[in-house]
Amino acid sequence: MANTEMLVKELADKYGRNRESLLPILQELIDERRYVNDETMINVARELDLSAAEVYGTASFYSFIETEEVGKYVIRLCKTIVCDMKGKENVLQAIENTLKIKVGQTTADKKFTLKTTNCLGWCHKGPAMLINDEVYTELTPGKAIDIIESYINK
Amino acid sequence: MTGKKQNDMETKKLTRVDYIFRPDNTCLDTLKKSLRRDRDEIILELIDSGLKGRGGAGFLTGLKWKLAKEAAGDVKYVICNADEGEPGTFKDREILDRVPRRVFTGMALCGYVIGSKEGFLYLRAEYKFLAPKLMSIMAEMNQEFKKLGLDFTLNIRYGSGAYVCGEETALIDSMEGRRGEPRNKPPFPVTEGYLNKPTVVNNVETFVNCTIIMGIGAEEYKRFGTDSSRGFKLFSVSGDCSKEGIYELELGMLLSDFVEEFGDGDTKAVQVGGASGFCVPRKKFNQTIIGFEGIPTGGSMKIFNSSRSMYHVLHNYLEFFEEESCGQCTPCRVGCQQLLKGIEAVKSKQRSSSYLDELVKLAKVMKVASKCGLGQSVGNAFVSIVDNFREEIIY
Ligand SMILES: Cc1cc2nc3c(=O)[nH]c(=O)nc-3n(C[C@H](O)[C@H](O)[C@H](O)COP(=O)(O)O)c2cc1C
Ligand code: SF4
Ligand code: FES
Repeated sequence: MANTEMLVKELADKYGRNRESLLPILQELIDERRYVNDETMINVARELDLSAAEVYGTASFYSFIETEEVGKYVIRLCKTIVCDMKGKENVLQAIENTLKIKVGQTTADKKFTLKTTNCLGWCHKGPAMLINDEVYTELTPGKAIDIIESYINK
Repeated sequence: MTGKKQNDMETKKLTRVDYIFRPDNTCLDTLKKSLRRDRDEIILELIDSGLKGRGGAGFLTGLKWKLAKEAAGDVKYVICNADEGEPGTFKDREILDRVPRRVFTGMALCGYVIGSKEGFLYLRAEYKFLAPKLMSIMAEMNQEFKKLGLDFTLNIRYGSGAYVCGEETALIDSMEGRRGEPRNKPPFPVTEGYLNKPTVVNNVETFVNCTIIMGIGAEEYKRFGTDSSRGFKLFSVSGDCSKEGIYELELGMLLSDFVEEFGDGDTKAVQVGGASGFCVPRKKFNQTIIGFEGIPTGGSMKIFNSSRSMYHVLHNYLEFFEEESCGQCTPCRVGCQQLLKGIEAVKSKQRSSSYLDELVKLAKVMKVASKCGLGQSVGNAFVSIVDNFREEIIY
């Protein structure tokens, strides 16, 4: 994909070509593309004059930097203790049933990936989830389904 | 022993205060006033105030700034740690949402005092929804600094979903474009931090307190709290609670007063300080002080009532640590896995209950042998839950 190469170049122009620029570049690639595949990482490595292994090693450390294909919308439901106490399991089941996927999977139309994550900093309003950067709190199974449906129709 | 109240120890009544969330539009006046003061005088006032870091470790903030000021080098950095990932903590988000100017003023003050021209807010990815607003306020503040003749620029960097990056040296690695793997200390960031330059890393709430102290003076500030725990702090209260939320309270209160105010009448245990903190059972509520003399907390207070299984709570914490361990050192990487497998084996009767004692020994080894605070504190929750709720873990 020639346009990946161009995008990476653009981002390197924007953030610089130092090692400190690596994370901001990967983060914006995630914003643009949702995940970074091998080819993209090789491009980044070339642009910043790093080894591809360095780039992969860094990218794969961070749970929000996806190195495998994910859907357009990444759902991250909090599974840490307070959300768990407040019924995250039922919310999770409702989402799984609505999207017909399990945690870790992506829908066939590549629209949604479902993940769980650790404390999102909304415990007093749990259960909480993120869809990309958007926060949803005080979830019930019904509310979660409504939210997912609003994305299905997007 | 942590959590024990000494007989002669000073305690405070549970008292609500209101400094942190006051409107932040007067912060620039505070900054202007402070920029006319001698740098060492500011450091002395901060030290005198007794302010300790609000991120958990509780290092004296004035002393940290002093060390960074005295460190050799022309280029220095100020970093605000907004990685807030400790389960049960959500107060830094609220601060950044409601009074960001109070945070940025504190960072600018630090820049002035230590001689740094650049400051970074390291914001966890989970809080990215705050970024547009924060960036526009930063831009506005950067202009104001210029007008005041202060050569200091604020910038933002993001985390990417790794709890360990809240540890200050991992945070610095992450800012340098590496895996967030904690470094050995010393050297401390105050001498070799970001890009190996002297760097102050402080928590969001710590910077806010610096701004407040510059505004009201150390004398007034010292009226709050106890000898070991000066001032007030935000508590993130959640769980089986009559009114979950964020509360600003004077330091030094007894846990029993806290439970009376926030519990649902059936409180069995409180986890003070998040997954890396301590679990206090009901019978110890009235001997436990919340503060550096008792159990310190970055603000996380999770309340459990008698319907909760403490096995389930511990299991959830261990899963958290096993996932979030950076895996760099063996005691933590393997230790977290073994503790988790171990309690599962005891629960399912594949192992006898005495195996728990082996696991407690392992948790204690992790405390001394792990490289950073993550591995070192897994044992806090583990030992305090197993000690106090042994039957629940076994049966
Ligand atoms: C695993 C781990 C996670 C941490 N997470 C945070 C955090 O999210 N926010 C924070 O301010 N400090 C965190 N800390 C503490 C920092 O290492 C550091 O002590 C703190 O940012 C210093 O600021 P303070 O003195 O103002 O508290 C963490 C420490 C460890 C070991
Ligand atoms: S204690 Fe755990 S998190 Fe800390 S350096 Fe070791 S493996 Fe990494
Ligand atoms: S436990 Fe889910 S947001 Fe904190």
